[in-house]
Amino acid sequence: MEQYRLDKVVKIFGRRQIALGGFDLAVRKGEKVALIGPSGAGKTTLFRLLNLTLRPTSGGLWIDGGEVVNLHGTKLREARRRIGTVYQQHNLVPRLKVIHNVLCGRLGQWSTARSLWSLVRPADVEVAYQALKQVGIEEKIFSRTDELSGGQQQRVAIARVLLQNPEVILADEPVSSVDPSLASSIVKLLVEISETMGKTLLVNLHSVDLALEFFPRIIGMRNGTALFDLTPDKVTDDLLEDLYSGRLPDTDRDGITDEESSTPILQ
Amino acid sequence: MKSPVHPYFSSSQKSAFPYLFGLFFLLALVDSWRRVGVDLVLLFERQGRDNVIKFVTGMFPPEHSAQFLSLMIVPTLETIQISVMGTLIAIAIGFPIGILATRNFSVGGILNEADTMGAPTRFALRLSIYYCARGALSFFRSIPEFVWAFMFVRAVGLGPFPGVLAIGVAYGGMLGKVYSEIFEAVNPRPLEALQTTGANKLQIFFYGWLPQVLPNFVSYTLYRWECAVRASAILGLVGAGGLGQQIEISMRMFNFNEILTILIILFLIVAGVDYLSAKVRAIL
Repeated sequence: MEQYRLDKVVKIFGRRQIALGGFDLAVRKGEKVALIGPSGAGKTTLFRLLNLTLRPTSGGLWIDGGEVVNLHGTKLREARRRIGTVYQQHNLVPRLKVIHNVLCGRLGQWSTARSLWSLVRPADVEVAYQALKQVGIEEKIFSRTDELSGGQQQRVAIARVLLQNPEVILADEPVSSVDPSLASSIVKLLVEISETMGKTLLVNLHSVDLALEFFPRIIGMRNGTALFDLTPDKVTDDLLEDLYSGRLPDTDRDGITDEESSTPILQ
Repeated sequence: MKSPVHPYFSSSQKSAFPYLFGLFFLLALVDSWRRVGVDLVLLFERQGRDNVIKFVTGMFPPEHSAQFLSLMIVPTLETIQISVMGTLIAIAIGFPIGILATRNFSVGGILNEADTMGAPTRFALRLSIYYCARGALSFFRSIPEFVWAFMFVRAVGLGPFPGVLAIGVAYGGMLGKVYSEIFEAVNPRPLEALQTTGANKLQIFFYGWLPQVLPNFVSYTLYRWECAVRASAILGLVGAGGLGQQIEISMRMFNFNEILTILIILFLIVAGVDYLSAKVRAIL
């Protein structure tokens, strides 16, 4: 069964800034895919299209066989609920307690009244506890989120996705802002979740080594198009050099990837 | 000891702008001085000086007879009640309208992109809600609170109630405007993440927006409450009850020492509110 199908997807910001120029992609259910490529290649934009935050300028996008380009309102929210996202900057609400950030994963299923009441008396505490246990930080459940380290916050973000219980997990640079020694354990955790729970996993990685180590399918992206789409054993040094030619992969850039392309819509 | 470093600019680095700006400022100052009719000499003329002295010395000692103080208890409570109720109504008006007047909540930004793109009627609806909210807030706060009070006195009669309504409406406009500015300045990334869980706008608001701005939100609201105490005194002059009405009565009777007592009471209330808000901010 097909999870995602993208047909000549184009995304243009403003009038002329082309983030994606005719992108084709097919992802099977349960597949694990890593995207690599230089900053500004359009990876984050692609992920924002895949989780229905943005809408393609042209082209077709199908999830689970259903066309999603023209969804609005409730239907759009229901479609979003089936896709969980982990971000580079965790994107947690800093002043909320960990428990509430984890329970945010349930918002798509809760009524507005129930979610408001949960801020007073947390609902589903047991489920949240189990999710935090699965990512290994259950003792932090009632701490304030901004008191946690970067790696711990990323685990909270993963627990949030566990509560959302989506069909697809998208991880946009999940380890760029955590300690390199922790990076591998977080990627491993995502792969484990995908395998044990049968979830489709798409990860966007700066680290080529991690991508080659954990993923059976590697897509190299550059200038808004796919340069290659191969199994890791076929990804040669020549291909990688092509992919990153002229510039380094910017692994130590502390900003947010693809910031240039995302600025116009954040206004 | 090292002497502090004095920055040195060569004359070529100076631009003409500060001089030009300074010149304009001076011209504007001189012109407004002339037009408004500032005449400091008037203050020192014999009659003006005598009046001021009479007014100020007349205030001392402040009236402190038990009879007068006990008379002031009810108006004092009334003033506090007017300010509290007025502020509550202002929040009830300003909070929801302020949310709608937040651009990245109502129309623009990443939270509306996917939902409004390719749906022009949806976009137009949201844009008009946004402008209506902004327009309503501007309308509420552009009319001074004593004009509102004047109208409400006609509508519901003398007493504290018109004062409450006047503060509620005028301050609702101010609160709503500042709320929307506070809301617009939040970090949008957690909001984006909340949206991808399938949360609706209100859920995103209460889980993402409000927690991020809560300290600013609370301290500005408390500051407005403090202003409402002062405003309720002015509103008393047009018949809206409270200590303001007592000031008006004492003024008319030329009982200046009573006025000083009332001013001291007002000062104590404002200081009390200030103390309270400092406490609350420390908790957040």
